[in-house]
Amino acid sequence: MAPRSETISRSRGRPRSIIVSDQPSALAATKPTQPPRSGPRTTVAGDGPPPFQRFLDTHREDVWRFLVASVGRENADDCFQETFVSALRAYPRLRADSNLRAWVLTIAHRKALDVHRRHTRGALPVAEIAAVVDRAGGPTESEIRRRRPSNRSASETKERDETLWDAVHELPPRQRSAILLRYVADLPHRDIATTIGCSEEAARRSLHEGLTKLRKAIA
Amino acid sequence: MTQEKIEQLLRRGAPDLQDAGGEAVAAARRVSERAAEEGFADISYAPVDSPFGTLHAASTKRGLVRVAFPEESIESVLERLARRLSPRIVEAPASLDPVKRELDEYFAGRRRAFDLALDWSLIGPFGRRVLRMTAAIPYGGHLSYAEIAAEAGSPRGARAAGNALGANPIPIVIPCHRVLRSGGALGGYGGGLDRKRYLLELEGALTPQLR
Repeated sequence: MAPRSETISRSRGRPRSIIVSDQPSALAATKPTQPPRSGPRTTVAGDGPPPFQRFLDTHREDVWRFLVASVGRENADDCFQETFVSALRAYPRLRADSNLRAWVLTIAHRKALDVHRRHTRGALPVAEIAAVVDRAGGPTESEIRRRRPSNRSASETKERDETLWDAVHELPPRQRSAILLRYVADLPHRDIATTIGCSEEAARRSLHEGLTKLRKAIA
Repeated sequence: MTQEKIEQLLRRGAPDLQDAGGEAVAAARRVSERAAEEGFADISYAPVDSPFGTLHAASTKRGLVRVAFPEESIESVLERLARRLSPRIVEAPASLDPVKRELDEYFAGRRRAFDLALDWSLIGPFGRRVLRMTAAIPYGGHLSYAEIAAEAGSPRGARAAGNALGANPIPIVIPCHRVLRSGGALGGYGGGLDRKRYLLELEGALTPQLR
């Protein structure tokens, strides 16, 4: 058995039932006037959710792309496993109208935050996170640079890519998640708001601020 | 750089992402296998090769709960399992290995009885009586619908027994192909009469009269 990492909270409406924070009803509770609406691929039909394997097959690639972008390849698999095991635990309690895509990306977003928190524990300056990730995983930034092929335009493209992604990793967590949910997981603004737990207006603002910072970093 | 260009670069994904589709498939497979191994999943299923084509077998923690013929849509089989038992269903071939092995041996003529735990929870009370009787018919033998009905203590007779057999969720392993009509005719079979004939022939139970 893997350690149970979800935080347990009590539902306000039903004081006797314990709900896991990864549960979609907890999502809906963040914005009661606008419960997450379902996209066409993610609707839960009839009495309950579809067979878990189908849910996993439908959303695995979105979650994988999001996690590799957010926590890097070396942490992505652990986060992916934790995300779907958490989803499986809460799965039978899903409501019939849950938005499964936004729900599973919410869990993935929280697992990614856990990883970033682990890396920043000990008051590490934000700018060093990328370097820490490098040390934990493959070669360091400078090693990569030294190994770069002589083809100049290709190396320039790669350098620009790395500058951009380093800048993504240095964004504050909410802006980073907003950016990745929008461009990597292709979520609509409404679902980004649900996933990071804020208003749609605030989600748009995070997205805009994030993009502005990226543009400055890469200029 | 323009915002459009940045958005375009972001959409391509992280630079260390080479084959997102393939990597996601592999990671998802590890989730399924682990969920089955560690007991987070309630139902595991896997494809099983057979002379009839690809069957699907599904097991719960209690035992084998479903065997589906190739023409049954696996999607609708899983949907019904999700609704009747639990939606915590994963494809986990390793946990169906014993089922695969015994079916292979059976189809190769090397196994005369299945040594698999069964989960009867998809079967109602009357169906259980009928199918338990059926499960007791030995390899190569057969009974009539009327005999099964009588042994199951059915006041409803052979037709009700026939319906219960037709609804057998675990064909081949619960050998409903060993129940024939009283006059010696084959009767019906959920998987098609050709398959009933094939299984009886495999077991050496097909008398000239039955052909």
